[in-house]
Amino acid sequence: MTYLIKAIFIVGALGLGACTNPDHLSGNGNANGAGNGAGAGSNIPLDPASDPTSPVYFSQTIGDRVLFAVDTSTLTPEGRSTLTAQAGWLQANPEYAAIIEGHADEQGTRAYNLALGARRANAVQEFLLSQGIAANRLRTLTYGKERPIEVCSAESCYAKNRRAVTVISAGAGA
Amino acid sequence: MIILRLLNFVLIAVLAISVLPNRAMAELNLEIKDGVIEPMPFAVPDFVAENAAASEFATKLARVVAADLTGTGLFREIPKSAFISTVTNFNSPVQYADWKAINAQALIVGAVNAGSGGRVTVKFRLFDVFSGQQLGDGLQFGGTVNSWRRMAHKVADAAYSRITGEGKYFDSRVVFVSETGPKNARQKRLAIMDYDGANVKFLTDSRSIVLAPRFSPTGDRVLYTSYETGFPKIYVLDVATVGRRALADQPGTMTFAPRFSPDGQTVVYSLSAGGNTDIYRMQINGGTPVRLTSAPSIETAPSFSPDGRQIVFESDRSGSQQLYVMSANGGEARRISFGAGRYGTPVWSPRGDLVAFTKQNKGRFHIGVMRLDGEGERLLTASFLDEGPTWSPNGRVIMFMRETSGAGGAVSLYSVDITGRNLQRVKVEGGASDPAWSPLLK
Repeated sequence: MTYLIKAIFIVGALGLGACTNPDHLSGNGNANGAGNGAGAGSNIPLDPASDPTSPVYFSQTIGDRVLFAVDTSTLTPEGRSTLTAQAGWLQANPEYAAIIEGHADEQGTRAYNLALGARRANAVQEFLLSQGIAANRLRTLTYGKERPIEVCSAESCYAKNRRAVTVISAGAGA
Repeated sequence: MIILRLLNFVLIAVLAISVLPNRAMAELNLEIKDGVIEPMPFAVPDFVAENAAASEFATKLARVVAADLTGTGLFREIPKSAFISTVTNFNSPVQYADWKAINAQALIVGAVNAGSGGRVTVKFRLFDVFSGQQLGDGLQFGGTVNSWRRMAHKVADAAYSRITGEGKYFDSRVVFVSETGPKNARQKRLAIMDYDGANVKFLTDSRSIVLAPRFSPTGDRVLYTSYETGFPKIYVLDVATVGRRALADQPGTMTFAPRFSPDGQTVVYSLSAGGNTDIYRMQINGGTPVRLTSAPSIETAPSFSPDGRQIVFESDRSGSQQLYVMSANGGEARRISFGAGRYGTPVWSPRGDLVAFTKQNKGRFHIGVMRLDGEGERLLTASFLDEGPTWSPNGRVIMFMRETSGAGGAVSLYSVDITGRNLQRVKVEGGASDPAWSPLLK
């Protein structure tokens, strides 16, 4: 199952450009996964986006975020499917830990949105724990409405800002 | 006591709530009720410079006094160009007829002396022109050259307080968050300023997100939330030294929304653990946190009553954000908000009679006030995003943040009288949010 998912994503990754996202680690994780490193003597660096063991691959291909409806922290079916894939990646890459960031859109007061962001991050954490990821690899963080990624004041932007982002970090456990 | 009547000040109460003392202390009597129909005309000639070194302050002091008074919306300044008399000696008899002729109801006469060692002394007298009487005793304030604006605020406070019977508030400061940069990469710094936007000084750099600073009851310390460690956590900062320390916390939790108790010994705040946010209290110098709420819902934004016995806070335990009051030791809470929409960020007024809040309804944000029994709700503002009220030390004025919509959304501070009149932008350069008003300075 895990292999199948990986294989599908590897194929998918071939078509992706190396776009950057301010929310993410950008390729500073170790990209030399076993069996995928550039062969000895080769000077061509591996594109981390095509290395399924890289955090860049996680954020770009697995999908590092799930979205929420207004003022809720309930995972959507799409969200669960993304998180299932995240859990698979974390299982396959035990050397990494993750910080789960919860965010809210701007339609709310500051403290309430911090609490709402904490709820969203926790919903993701609970799901990943239920998939067998060790608790010491996961930590939650809330940004409330402090770090929107989209800046318009319309539902099209709010929908993307109501998110929980799984940010991969080096080293397991805190 | 001299009884004076100013018949041309007819003040009408149009709304249900009277938020003012029943009795006005002063005789030049401007009783502020809802719906004041005309500001009181006053004159404040340039202060008399009693020596050469003081001359640079003579005009500046009068300008700050005038700005304080007109800024309340309750007073109108008569311009210098209309003056018939000049004031060249602080002790000369007032030419009442000259001030009456230009309809100055109140006259403020001041003098300034710049002594050796950088000391400035300011004197003032307040006159009720139409009765031909001095109102209250003359007062004198002394301070350093750098604090000249504070002395002007003290003069204006004394005049305002004598005429309206209200408490003073001009000699106060505001701590806030200074904001720069685009909406998706905001840089935030703690800053402090005079209540009128002057003398801005930064208290932190912009390396970490900082949120919602709150003054101690004596104004010497500030509680705030910072992401210095990467996670939201509460800090206390000494205003004079700008030294700061983190409050003790439990590993793996996030803390925010702190406020001091009225005695300055205790902090009440929110703690998030396992996705659930509750209210806790802790001694400012450490000790075991005491959990005040334990519900699976969000409990946050706690604010003490002025006597320290109760706490008003917000919770979504009913299914939406609403306001509740509980004992300062926790226990059963009483819901006080029942109107349409969501209610948050409650702040108990320094007089104890009202709670100010942020309300969201039908896509708009409002700053409002209600009594502690939940009655008498009154919305003072409406905009795309108004949030986070803070009370002036006398409980008459509310400052808050307003953010405009869209990608270029700009954030500013505004103030409004609790009657809903006199909405004004506070003049601060750049973006500013999360204001917290200090107590009256000593």
